[in-house]
Amino acid sequence: MLSSAETPRLLRSPAALTFKCLHTSPILTPASTSPSPSQILTNRKALLSRQTSAVDLAKSLLHRLRRYEPQLSSFLYVSPDDIVLKQAEELDNRIKNNEEVGPLAGVFVGVKDNICTRDMPSTAGSRILENYRPPFDATAVRKLREMGAIVVGKTNMDEFGMGSTTEGSAYQVTANPWDLSRVPGGSSGGSAAAVSARQCMVALGSDTGGSVRQPASFCGVVGLKPTYGRVSRYGLVAYASSLDVIGCFGSSVADAGILLNAISGFDNFDATSSKQEVPDYASQFVPLDYMESKPLKGLRVGVIHETLGNGVDSEVVSSVRSAVSHLEELGCTVSEVSLPSFSLGLPAYYILASSESSSNLSRYDGVRYGNQVFGEELKSLYGDSRAEGLGSEVKMRILMGTYALSAGYYDAYYKRAQQVRTIIRNSFKDALDKNDILISPAAPSVAYKIGEKKNDPLAMYAGDIMTVNVNLAGLPALVLPCGFDGGSAGMPVGIQMIGAAFDEQHNLSRDVRSPCPWVLVENLSFVRERVTES
Amino acid sequence: MQEKRQTQLKASPKSESAKYEEVLKNYEAVIGIETHVQLSTLTKAFCSCPYNYGAHPNTSVCPVCMGLPGALPVLNSKVIESAVKVGLALNCKLSLSSKFDRKQYFYPDLPKGYQISQFDIPIAAGGYLDVDLPVEFGGGHRKLGVTRVHMEEDAGKLLHTDNGSFSQEIKTFPYSNVILTEDMYVDLNRAGVPLLEIVSEPDMRTGIEAAEYAAELQRLVRYLGVSNGNMQEGSLRCDVNISVRPHGQEEFGTKVEIKNLNSFSSVSRAIDYEILRQAQLHSQGQADQIVQETRLWEEGAQKTFTMRKKEGLADYRYFPEPDLPGVNLSVEYISNIRDSLPELPETKRRRYENMGLNMQDVLFLANDINVAAFFDATIATGADVKLAANWIMGDIAAYMNNEKLSIDDIKLTPQELGELIASIKGGTINGKIGKEILFELVAKGGTVKGLIQEKDLVQASCFTFLRNIADPSEIEKIVDKVLANNPKQLEQYRGGKTKLQGFFAGQIMKETKGKANPALLNKILLEKLNTKP
Repeated sequence: MLSSAETPRLLRSPAALTFKCLHTSPILTPASTSPSPSQILTNRKALLSRQTSAVDLAKSLLHRLRRYEPQLSSFLYVSPDDIVLKQAEELDNRIKNNEEVGPLAGVFVGVKDNICTRDMPSTAGSRILENYRPPFDATAVRKLREMGAIVVGKTNMDEFGMGSTTEGSAYQVTANPWDLSRVPGGSSGGSAAAVSARQCMVALGSDTGGSVRQPASFCGVVGLKPTYGRVSRYGLVAYASSLDVIGCFGSSVADAGILLNAISGFDNFDATSSKQEVPDYASQFVPLDYMESKPLKGLRVGVIHETLGNGVDSEVVSSVRSAVSHLEELGCTVSEVSLPSFSLGLPAYYILASSESSSNLSRYDGVRYGNQVFGEELKSLYGDSRAEGLGSEVKMRILMGTYALSAGYYDAYYKRAQQVRTIIRNSFKDALDKNDILISPAAPSVAYKIGEKKNDPLAMYAGDIMTVNVNLAGLPALVLPCGFDGGSAGMPVGIQMIGAAFDEQHNLSRDVRSPCPWVLVENLSFVRERVTES
Repeated sequence: MQEKRQTQLKASPKSESAKYEEVLKNYEAVIGIETHVQLSTLTKAFCSCPYNYGAHPNTSVCPVCMGLPGALPVLNSKVIESAVKVGLALNCKLSLSSKFDRKQYFYPDLPKGYQISQFDIPIAAGGYLDVDLPVEFGGGHRKLGVTRVHMEEDAGKLLHTDNGSFSQEIKTFPYSNVILTEDMYVDLNRAGVPLLEIVSEPDMRTGIEAAEYAAELQRLVRYLGVSNGNMQEGSLRCDVNISVRPHGQEEFGTKVEIKNLNSFSSVSRAIDYEILRQAQLHSQGQADQIVQETRLWEEGAQKTFTMRKKEGLADYRYFPEPDLPGVNLSVEYISNIRDSLPELPETKRRRYENMGLNMQDVLFLANDINVAAFFDATIATGADVKLAANWIMGDIAAYMNNEKLSIDDIKLTPQELGELIASIKGGTINGKIGKEILFELVAKGGTVKGLIQEKDLVQASCFTFLRNIADPSEIEKIVDKVLANNPKQLEQYRGGKTKLQGFFAGQIMKETKGKANPALLNKILLEKLNTKP
């Protein structure tokens, strides 16, 4: 574990990093894939002990953000320096005056562009919302700000969250910091790339079918998809309402956990948010150093059989398998579980998500807000505004969804997909009755080349196989780096750990059989070889 | 005032009726009504915006009812409460677990591109409504089926500018896209206001039946306090479905929908017009010219006109609203609401009927919940039922009509009306003076007793010659006699039934053939009554 004295290192120029730089651009080497300490906690410590100031942190972060932005294009909007610095200055004054500071004071957050911010545009990556500024903050953003976090900008994404590469953004293509010729994943590719390149400390994303977890895997960062209902969706531009959740990106499990803690809880503005109590995830962190030799003793881990077979890259399989052996070393009881319905998730997901999106996107009609193409008659106002404002992937999904909901097809598609969803939910419940966590790869491959799947949507959809089931079942899942494709020179591989609903937390010291130790074990990481390199 | 009294149908000249009767010999109309009732909740159905009819365009809007990206609906629980009240009042079976669905279509007044509604599982279904047809239309009782009641949200309105230029407020509204064309814009004040859609069975056969069904619904929602039921403001909207078939034919004829019905009489007249139109086409062998379409009632022309022909069935692509949890009602919740329901119009009418009132009176009194409450409070003072009805329907109603006031606006209280009736019945005053006093009471308030005394002073100065018994000792004798003749009533009076004062006064007046000075009489009578033997 890094001592607090080393904290500023996280924001230092990558050239000074001790990692071997094995990537296309040495400048863009992600800061660390070692068991990262919590940036939030170490910074907080440094700020409160006055080893550093928020203004200095802000300056170096903004510097780094701008320096990498031309190559990465992870942000659609960056907050003006003076606004960020002013907030940092206020924080410094509070610290100076020994006033209380929020739990997220001095945390620089990137926010996915489909999450509403009242002081910044919120386009959801779509032309139809170009320059649109919401009159309100999303509940998650409001909470972050109330706790002292500073929003540095809005991150790029596939239009309305529809895509797995961030190439579907109407504005720009984001590059993967590990290899600029590759996609960062999607749809929260901007958030994943930004956290990976340390352009911000943590970031909010959204996950409808894997849009937090797959880019986390591609960019080698931690991605957390909470239980459906854990985090308010108010202010999240809807893609598929029954699947959408706001999720967290961090460079460490701890940061993702702290961020989740901040944004969780029931919200009067979201009728689907849960009243389930929010435990203080952060207070339960136990550094791995202090643990006994088998800290995860008794934890039942089920490896999903269907996710390690055909269609999954062998390097991905071997990375996940070695992470599983690591879990066994830590004391877990590992078994293989079969979820025969697993492969049904993909078609069911695409029908349900498209159906809901065809409805959710009806509001982009040029009336009231967004781009309006003035027409001679109503029909052309609608038609032209939508034709010009929406991208092709979005149009395709609207068409698919409209078809699936049409009279005469509803039963064969939408209704059937809902039945499949019930089967999937039940099969996960059964598996999670017997296991504390379930394990799979986060994606069947590592990040692929930009343009590689652009004209093959089915191939892109197939890449969501690992993640969509979790949304259909509404469960929480954590993705964290577990290895590299082609050894330490390759692209990051992510492992997905799926827990039971609302079991994002786990009190290991009292009940080792509780699921999901991920947030608890602050430093848990599977990328051991990288640790030794530093 | 006019609006408030519209519930009761007025007889219209039956000039058309001969033609109408002739047609109905061979044909029968089948009529169903779809009613939208705007609920008078404090806030809209899914957000906290208030709704005030007539407010400046786009002043009662928020991210939710404007359908801004990221905004989510949260159900106002009062909507469910109102729906349950109406469902129970319509004798429906309630769904313990229903849900909301999205009904999808594009229109600029529909901000989200879908309306939150209920599709396959309405909150209430399978009920009926009892109506009593107006006496002047032949009267009669009907039990009309109610297919379903469901909750939904209202849409906004498309408005046109009067002079082709937009007001400053519209132009500077943050979402100036609401301007659609050179003279048309969207007002979203009404968007998201809660509605109940109430669908009837095709149980009605005439315009009058249909209009009375609608009137009874209005009465019902007003009794329940869930809506102001105001048709002109659009708080109660009726769309009528109507088809005609030859008598004896089982299957329905081709159905036509009529919209733009802004009063009960337009409901009735539009239907009668449409029955005639369709029946004539039938009888001329041109039944094929009756097509499934929506027709508009034009008040000026007193005719229906084609608005749009149906191009097959619209596909609204309903699916369950994922932003809202299911609507679950507990048996306890329902029974609490059931217990809190007021006496409903039908029950009230039957009660009044059992009191011996004639149907004309019953319908008048039960028509307006406030009038009914006034009447009930009056008879609770012990007032004679028929007299109370007569006063309310006669002079009081006339006064309200002239002054365009509702019964809550007049100064007369039911207690004083009771007092007035008792005073007349008891003979303390005669009917003519009673009327004078009444007009004072409705206009200025005050008490009967006070006014009688005032009047008496007047009488004393001008009309003393009419009174031959102004001698206290003479009256005292008569009072003693009357008290002695009615020991039972005296005992009751002294046991607390002080209303019997009127009875004694009446007896004394009878004894003196109305010639006793009322003030003196009452003074002496009271002294005697209240003197313990």
